[in-house]
Amino acid sequence: MTPEELELAAKNALVARNQLPHALNVCTAAGCLTLHSQSVKAALEEEVKRTGSPCRVRGVGCMGLCSLGPLVISDPGGLLYRNVTPADVPELVHTLDVAPLSRLQCPRDQAFFQRQMNVVTENSGRIDPEAIEEYIAIGGYQALLHALTEKSPAQVILEVSKSGLRGRGGAGYPTGLKWGTVAKSPGAQKYVICNADEGDPGAFMDRSVLESDPHRVLEGMIIAGYAVGANRGYIYVRAEYPLAVKRFTIAIRDARRLGFLGAQICNTQFNFDVDVRIGGGAFVCGEETALIASIEGKRGTPRPRPPYPAQAGLWGVPTLINNVETFANIPSILRRGAEWFASIGTPKSKGTKVFALSGKVRNVGLIEVPMGMTLRQIIFEIGGGVPEGHQFKAVQTGGPSGGCIPERFLDLPVDYESLRDVGSIMGSGGMIVMDDSACMVNVARFFMEFCMSESCGKCIPCRAGTAQMFELLTRMTDGSGTLRDLQLLEELCDMVANTSLCGLGQSAPNPVLSTLRYFRDEYLEHIEQKRCRAGVCACSPAEVSA
Amino acid sequence: MSLTAKKPALPSEDKRWRIVNGTMRRYGFSRDALIETLHTVQESFGFLDKTSLRFVAESLRVPLSQAYGVATFYHLFTMKPPGRHVCLICMGTACYIKGADALLATAEETLGVKNGETTLDLNASLTTARCIGSCSLAPAVVFDGNTLGTVDPSGLKKILEGWRSA
Repeated sequence: MTPEELELAAKNALVARNQLPHALNVCTAAGCLTLHSQSVKAALEEEVKRTGSPCRVRGVGCMGLCSLGPLVISDPGGLLYRNVTPADVPELVHTLDVAPLSRLQCPRDQAFFQRQMNVVTENSGRIDPEAIEEYIAIGGYQALLHALTEKSPAQVILEVSKSGLRGRGGAGYPTGLKWGTVAKSPGAQKYVICNADEGDPGAFMDRSVLESDPHRVLEGMIIAGYAVGANRGYIYVRAEYPLAVKRFTIAIRDARRLGFLGAQICNTQFNFDVDVRIGGGAFVCGEETALIASIEGKRGTPRPRPPYPAQAGLWGVPTLINNVETFANIPSILRRGAEWFASIGTPKSKGTKVFALSGKVRNVGLIEVPMGMTLRQIIFEIGGGVPEGHQFKAVQTGGPSGGCIPERFLDLPVDYESLRDVGSIMGSGGMIVMDDSACMVNVARFFMEFCMSESCGKCIPCRAGTAQMFELLTRMTDGSGTLRDLQLLEELCDMVANTSLCGLGQSAPNPVLSTLRYFRDEYLEHIEQKRCRAGVCACSPAEVSA
Repeated sequence: MSLTAKKPALPSEDKRWRIVNGTMRRYGFSRDALIETLHTVQESFGFLDKTSLRFVAESLRVPLSQAYGVATFYHLFTMKPPGRHVCLICMGTACYIKGADALLATAEETLGVKNGETTLDLNASLTTARCIGSCSLAPAVVFDGNTLGTVDPSGLKKILEGWRSA
């Protein structure tokens, strides 16, 4: 396919897409599917067929407001309907030409939608993720063709570097720099890996992107392959995400069919193909060297770095590993330019970030905001604040590697550095809001149990240290903790953080350290007064009803 | 075992072994297909056992110890046959904050087994997940593959008791 042919294909696909005057887009991503959006879609199809209404029923990706699902949106018009059931369907189809069905309408001028900025999720809720034509209709794969025909690999890397994009997996390593290192590493064989092993509990951004717009990730991977000189790619997806696996597999098949994957892509000398690898439910496999071991068919244990995967990765050859959201940003950067991307965000963190907002907050769901927005805006304006009758206590970011941020830092602009300064991390994007019914000692214990069970056991500080810390935290929550235990806990935090082999152990103390820093009084209450102010822990049963 | 060793024969006439063999063939019997193949075994048979591990290890020419290591390392693989029904409680942060531990306690009490166990009559298995990514519906429980959101202990109890009579 040449650029001209792709443009023509896009035009045709757009005409086909707009053939009928109406379309109703039904969310078929995991959140709404659980709420039976499939039966809503089936009922809509049936009703349209029965009435002969000039309307297309389209399954689309996530629209963000998952707590109000199943969601249906009209196209054109953009009228959003919430909590739709099959019983509502006749009325919905009947009112298409008349007036909005106000009974189910969900206003889109509310802060939840207005304050967001959609780059990675720009197509979510608009296109059918299982149809490559829909992606092409809105300009898909043009960035790839442009890169292949107009740019040298070095120019692509320069563009990514200039954009200021940093790794969205959590650590925030500059993407352009990583690509440059892999490109410069000697070797005829190189690999590109997409890390979709989204293991942080409370994070479902990557899942949503893969379920809603898989071609965007695939396009990013192919461009990366061209830039670093790789001709083979892998995507490592959690087995817990069967729908993401299914949709990405369809995307690969369709991309092969149209020649975006395979030999001599779009009549150039560039060959590239992608394979899906499914995880086995081990959190540590999100760590890049453990992930590589898992793709090689081994137990997912990490190894010391250096050498970094950019020098010696999969089967010992230079390997580029990026997160789903990082790849999903690439097509937009190449299409709209590095300057455009760099104009969004803060001086050091560019672009947008997708967050999975959950916990004790009114609007639970998936959001995308420009870097630099404050936590208060995210939680209280977009999220709608904590439900009636409770007080905000903390927000947890970064999963088991992150920390709990108290109210006094809510006006902090969200970027990699500011979150690190207050003892948490950006992480992959899970954001869990906690109110006064959460006990911070218990939360720390929860995360330590997680790290203890998920420790691969290879290095002693992590294997034994997390177990000891879990024991100490358990003593505190059941009322037998002492001040000496607290001291020991702090010593262990230091030891585990500084001597563990990989990121799992090095960051495992973070939830403890951050809660000790901001909620030390709760620890002391558990130890000295045997009291849990939230009434969660065994040391003071049912003192306060939650 | 030498590199030229012949492929082992299928352990039995069971057609499911051909499905397992098919996966290995698709990957050219390459050693890195171990995890993918074990996924196929578990999908076909419900669990892994000595026979299947030995067959896969020999077919892919990996040491049995490595196959056993992989099978026991990843949480998703089980070496015990599952019950007819499976109740999976999500213990992710969002679910935990909204009371997943109370759900687990209810399920343990109703079924009379601990997390990770199966009832003696092999009727029901109880298990937990780190996070199923359905945080918007917390707390979430997966009953026989169907995810249910905002579950409360009494609703959970009703479903589990329904399994007993069925």
